[in-house]
Amino acid sequence: MIRDQEVLNQFLDTVSRFVRDKLIPLEEEVAETGVVPAEILAQMRELGLYGMTVSEEYGGLGLTLEEEVLVLFELCKAAPVFRSKVGTNNGIGSQGIVIDGTEEQKQKYLPKVASGEYVTSFALTEPDAGSDAGGLRTTARLEGNQYILNGTKRYITNAADASIFTVMARTDPEGGTRGISSFIVEANSPGVTVSNPYKKMGQNGANIYDIIFEDCPVPPENLIGGVEGKGFGTAMKTLDRGRIHVAAVCIGVAQRLVEESLRYAMERKQFGQEIANFQLVQAMLADSQTETYAARCMILDAARNYDDGIRDRGQAAQCKMYASEMVGRVADRAVQIHGGAGYVSEYAVERLYRDVRIFRIYEGTTQIQQTVIAKEMMRNFEG
Amino acid sequence: MKILVPVKRVIDYNVKARVKADNTGIDLANVKMSMNPFDEIAVEEALQKKESGEAEEVIAVSIGPSQCQETLRTALAMGADRAILIEEDSDVEPLVVAKLLKAVVDEEQPGLVILGKQAIDDDSNQTGQMLAALLGWPQGTFASEVKLAGDKVEVTREVDGGLETVALNLPAIVTTDLRLNEPRYATLPNIMKAKKKPLDTKTVGDYGVDVTPRLTTLYVAEPAKREAGIIVESVEELVQKLKDEAGVI
Ligand SMILES: Cc1cc2nc3c(=O)[nH]c(=O)nc-3n(C[C@H](O)[C@H](O)[C@H](O)COP(=O)(O)OP(=O)(O)OC[C@H]3O[C@@H](n4cnc5c(N)ncnc54)[C@H](O)[C@@H]3O)c2cc1C
Repeated sequence: MIRDQEVLNQFLDTVSRFVRDKLIPLEEEVAETGVVPAEILAQMRELGLYGMTVSEEYGGLGLTLEEEVLVLFELCKAAPVFRSKVGTNNGIGSQGIVIDGTEEQKQKYLPKVASGEYVTSFALTEPDAGSDAGGLRTTARLEGNQYILNGTKRYITNAADASIFTVMARTDPEGGTRGISSFIVEANSPGVTVSNPYKKMGQNGANIYDIIFEDCPVPPENLIGGVEGKGFGTAMKTLDRGRIHVAAVCIGVAQRLVEESLRYAMERKQFGQEIANFQLVQAMLADSQTETYAARCMILDAARNYDDGIRDRGQAAQCKMYASEMVGRVADRAVQIHGGAGYVSEYAVERLYRDVRIFRIYEGTTQIQQTVIAKEMMRNFEG
Repeated sequence: MKILVPVKRVIDYNVKARVKADNTGIDLANVKMSMNPFDEIAVEEALQKKESGEAEEVIAVSIGPSQCQETLRTALAMGADRAILIEEDSDVEPLVVAKLLKAVVDEEQPGLVILGKQAIDDDSNQTGQMLAALLGWPQGTFASEVKLAGDKVEVTREVDGGLETVALNLPAIVTTDLRLNEPRYATLPNIMKAKKKPLDTKTVGDYGVDVTPRLTTLYVAEPAKREAGIIVESVEELVQKLKDEAGVI
């Protein structure tokens, strides 16, 4: 926790310089090779970017959510593949342990997560359980003094780099969402296989894999929180923070897209003048700028509420939905403002247009956010 | 040995500088300011000497308005041990800065002063040289390598047409060139620690230096806009244009 304007500003300044001097110049190379160079990952570790959300007592920076989103607004002006490398450690990969872990689990794992020595993954989705995460089928049977995991997890970010996975699995075949528990599974456990990475539309280098568990033994002390049946709740609490995190990522990219659009519009000439002079182009610039600002404001508000202890699932869903849809529109306008140049790979907007498409899908699709928002409204209805 | 590193707060190198409407200077209202990049290199070099055990203490000093504290905090967050701010709201010229730095040197007795070769705002490239003259110390300017060896410092200098290595008796003045090193980023834990490091605030009065300007700025203008280029058809045409239109051959 910083809670000190001067220190926070200085840190944001450092991140913004790192983005400008190191990350943006590397974007094309990473998009080409699918590899973020090791020295960049090392610098991100040194800067503390892997441990933003782990508290200071476990070696992290312990940022408030408001501080975290402010860092993301800066960090994600660079192509979002870089954020993805630290994303799971700060978000869904570690928050299960941070929010619901036992003291022993926190002491054992969080310092390594915070330093970036351990990369983490969050394994909820399955081939037949995406939006309907509660319908997951991976099983964890207690046999003797250990759990035995069996099942397949799909599209798991950073799985091949991860040392530990947070895995949601069924400890009670009957119990619906109450039959789900969450586990910390070490990646080198017997019976764990990670597939080859999937080829994707964008964010080359932010890799996703299947994880297959075949009779994988997990000691009971790795049951998160030490109690069965709490896993779905842990996953949802993780996503309450995670969705605001993803929304903030969208702001970073949207700001970048607006910058790229403006720069191009101020330089490109048609009909003897800069295209920024045409009111129809101005309308696109103004809409993108305004929507980015609106989303930024709502995210800061939701983050402050979260820091005040208010857990408003609807608000998190609204931020995630609005920001991810918004950055899609901003990216679309950015391509339009660039004309033909927006469709060729020499300009960053072509790549960013593909990169942002995922934000409307993972950590809950837009449709799922809509159902969450409406459900919260109905639940709070006093008719 | 102590190393003294003067740092200047300047317009951020990434900001497009705009000339004031009345052509009296650069418009600095609401403009992002940062540490002069050459000074960051100077801080980095001093820190490396400390980390290798060749120096005990790194002291950053800045002269200017109270916002220079931010610049000093950056130096402290990078790893400097303490800082001195000499607060002065008027513009200070290189000679004034050099005189104030001499006073600080007299007080602190550093073995080495490492400065940026120039500041990116006025590009004066004078302060290090003036300080050396005032102190009567040897100077190695435009350093691309700085090696301490006993009571000497070997400075490799980037000069026209190559590199020149000079050995200077300590204490000495070194000014940094771009290729000397790559400055580190201040990490958040170190930014937090820097808050607790000592930062002394002084005034020019404490050193009895006259800050009255000796230079007058007459006129500041933007560089002329670049005209669009033309494509020539042949070498003959190029030569003819260079001769007749550009007048360069
Ligand atoms: C790049 C990437 C990274 C990912 N990283 C991770 C990760 O690290 N960990 C992890 O666990 N998962 C991860 N996922 C999985 C991701 O969270 C899921 O893909 C997502 O939740 C959607 O599930 P699905 O793909 O099964 O789509 P489906 O659930 O099959 O959805 C298909 C369509 O049906 C709609 N739909 C479904 N149910 C409803 C409903 N009730 N009402 C209205 N519409 C509905 C959806 O909105 C969507 O339009 C990742 C996916 C990708 C592509």
